[in-house]
Amino acid sequence: MTATRIEPLPGELADVQAQMQEHARNYGLEFFPTIFEVIDHDQLNAIAAYGGFPTRYPHWRFGMEYEQLSKGYNYGLQKIYELVINNDPCYAYLMRSNALTDQKMVMAHVYGHCDFFKNNYWFSQTDRKMMDHMANHGQRVRRYMDRHGVEEVETFIDACLSIEDLIDVHSPFIKRFDAPLVDHLAQPDEDDDEEALRPGRFVAKEYMDQFVNPPDVLAAEAHKRREQKKVEEKFPKEPVRDVVLFILEHAPLKPWQLDVLSIVREEAYYFAPQGQTKIMNEGWASYWHSTIMTRQGLTSADIVNYADHHSGTMATSKGRLNPYKLGIELLRDVEDRWNKGRFGKEYDECDDMVAKRDWDTAAGLGRRKIFEVRKIHNDLTFIDTFLTLEFCREHKLFSFGYNEDSNYYEIESREFPKIKERLLFGLTHRGQPFITVREGNYKNRGELFLGHEFNGVELQTAYARDTLVNLQRLWGRPVHIETVLEGHKTILSYDGDEHSVEQFKPSDK
Amino acid sequence: MYMKIERDQSRFKQIVKGKIRQNLRKYVTHGELIGRKGRDLVSIPVPQLDVPHFRYGQNGSGGVGQGEGEEGTPIAPGDPQDGDGQGQAGSEPGGHIMEVEVSLEDLAQILGDELELPRIEPKGKANITEEKTRYTSIRRSGPESLRHFKRTYMEALRRQISSSSYDAQRPLVVPIRDDKRYRSWSTTPLPEANAVVIYLMDVSGSMTDEQKQIVRTEAFWIDTWLKSQYDGLEARYIIHDAAAKEVDEETFYHTRESGGTRISSAYQVCLELINRAFSPDEWNLYVFQFSDGDNWGEDNQTSLKLLREEILPKVNLFCYGQVESPYGSGEYLRTLRDGLAKKSENLVLSEIRDRDAIYDSIKTFLGKGK
Repeated sequence: MTATRIEPLPGELADVQAQMQEHARNYGLEFFPTIFEVIDHDQLNAIAAYGGFPTRYPHWRFGMEYEQLSKGYNYGLQKIYELVINNDPCYAYLMRSNALTDQKMVMAHVYGHCDFFKNNYWFSQTDRKMMDHMANHGQRVRRYMDRHGVEEVETFIDACLSIEDLIDVHSPFIKRFDAPLVDHLAQPDEDDDEEALRPGRFVAKEYMDQFVNPPDVLAAEAHKRREQKKVEEKFPKEPVRDVVLFILEHAPLKPWQLDVLSIVREEAYYFAPQGQTKIMNEGWASYWHSTIMTRQGLTSADIVNYADHHSGTMATSKGRLNPYKLGIELLRDVEDRWNKGRFGKEYDECDDMVAKRDWDTAAGLGRRKIFEVRKIHNDLTFIDTFLTLEFCREHKLFSFGYNEDSNYYEIESREFPKIKERLLFGLTHRGQPFITVREGNYKNRGELFLGHEFNGVELQTAYARDTLVNLQRLWGRPVHIETVLEGHKTILSYDGDEHSVEQFKPSDK
Repeated sequence: MYMKIERDQSRFKQIVKGKIRQNLRKYVTHGELIGRKGRDLVSIPVPQLDVPHFRYGQNGSGGVGQGEGEEGTPIAPGDPQDGDGQGQAGSEPGGHIMEVEVSLEDLAQILGDELELPRIEPKGKANITEEKTRYTSIRRSGPESLRHFKRTYMEALRRQISSSSYDAQRPLVVPIRDDKRYRSWSTTPLPEANAVVIYLMDVSGSMTDEQKQIVRTEAFWIDTWLKSQYDGLEARYIIHDAAAKEVDEETFYHTRESGGTRISSAYQVCLELINRAFSPDEWNLYVFQFSDGDNWGEDNQTSLKLLREEILPKVNLFCYGQVESPYGSGEYLRTLRDGLAKKSENLVLSEIRDRDAIYDSIKTFLGKGK
């Protein structure tokens, strides 16, 4: 996105922007400079298909997104109001055909997002110059396509995308390893003769020997050392969550392939926080557009349109949870509770339902609290900390589960713990299974062994198979994943030609 | 703003077409494909092209929703496939299907490519042309019966205005001889390549709905292919048990008679139809017969004789498809194979055991390029 292409906002909108920015500032929102651009629906759909970056690398899936978005728009099924890019400066796109009321609302909403991008901790490690870097990525991929052929590069990108979610979203914030992973093959072979494993003995006379050096203790010690050595020999030493990084460092890939994979990984890390904070981010932006619009922004001419579109955004369809709705309601709930002082030991331990209902200490801490929430929480911790029984009742939340017998998703329960558990489960690790690299030299034959940290929900096997195929293409040697199917430990493997399944039934143990 | 999205979009479309190619077997055997074919478009639900990920399956998955309902109220269907669907443990139950619209022409093209069907060479009469007349132009002379009323008065009006004899207060327009305009025609030679496809089906008690569904699906694909090869394709339907009659398409697929089977009766009706309406000199004739192969023993000889002496010499192609039914003996196929197949070039036999065999059967039928 070059600066020359940006048209200045037409006069009327420029005024609206100045107003909205002023309101947002007065409320304490703090954001990067925000550049609005007015474009028509076709361009908006195209940019949205590219995830917000008009200069991204070419790939068919963006075409697919576009096809769906533009079909949806043309049939009147859906419409994108706004698009905001986490970048410094922040870019936001407005649809030309929207009415002025909508533009106002969208701008207020956008400032909410910008504030969130800038201040939420989970975004703190994202690349704020992504607009430029994406363009850079696009250039590089295009160059590879010119050199190696579209087909080859695109197929490789497909394989990379297959594992793009196998990253470690917490790694930007913590140090996982003391030293970078060192290629085990580079390490000199240490003396691995049995001598080194034999435990030390105390000097003793022969008849005292079995008392001074009890054989069973010696044996246990030897065993311990052998185990120790096994751990040391293990590669990687402990399971690695960033599977993509592991492959980058150890798979036999060509330089251009390494570059493409690292591009995919970089972009996955950039987008990860948006997946982690969907409820909060949308909730926060909606909270502010509604606050600003209802207190300052609306003229009497806008009311009906605003109410219509706001409620459209907040609507929940059957069985679905709308992140906008959940986010805004929960934030309001938090604000309300902290305004009335409904928190802390005293409130929690109060048994008197009437007193609890009318509880109001006029603490007035609500606004401050939600600013704090937007700074430190992501969806998972937000729900975990602030979802209450009363909230679930009021908003008629239920949990649903899949019933194998009827092949239907059915309402399962309206009990608070169950709902919370389901909700948190869906948010943990962005609702995706935990996959780690357990061994990079499985069977001492350079095969890759992944592990699925099983937590009750099985993998979709058809997908898992196809993913293994792509993984094998990257790794070059046979690949395996250990998971649980139908209650039994199972290893799915793919060796480049065929799939195999090894299941450990209880009788085999 | 220059958008590169068109490039990605066309790339996606190519892949989808490729996808249809690869999975054509799958779609051919699915009856629901024929779902909606208004305005020459069929809509094929094509699974969204997914990049595979490790993801949760259906078993044990669930989520949180909002709204009314008791415990146990179903809220969304699981995946109709074998329980290993796309339900996400995250937020949304149910799968994600995308529809791609393919025009019938494209579909035929895809079918032809995939089955490597040869283009059909119309029977040797490319030199027979028909003169088609069309009234497309206007002349100053002609018979009164072809006078173009409106144009004539327009001319008269124009003349009157230009000679200032037109009075807007008293709008009186009188054409004179020079104003008269007549319709005129031009003739275009049209190469004659009309085709008719006649479907014969056994509706005796031994044919079940499953078999009819197979016939229907197969007939749809045959229609699609032949339509792409001939401009005017007509279809005729004949059903028979012990007696035969010509019916419309709807009846053809939904009639179920009981009783015995006499195949020769259908041949007789078919022959009458050909003689009456579709002279082999002017039409490319295709006959497709579907049966479970059960016939009255003494009727076999009559049938074979009719086929050999009357029908086969007249048609481009005679295809016999035998569906497997739990009741039929399947004997007729053998009779045909032994009695006729070696001597007759335009007789094609095929056995359709189940839905998956439709694909190969179409290839057998149409692979000859006749």
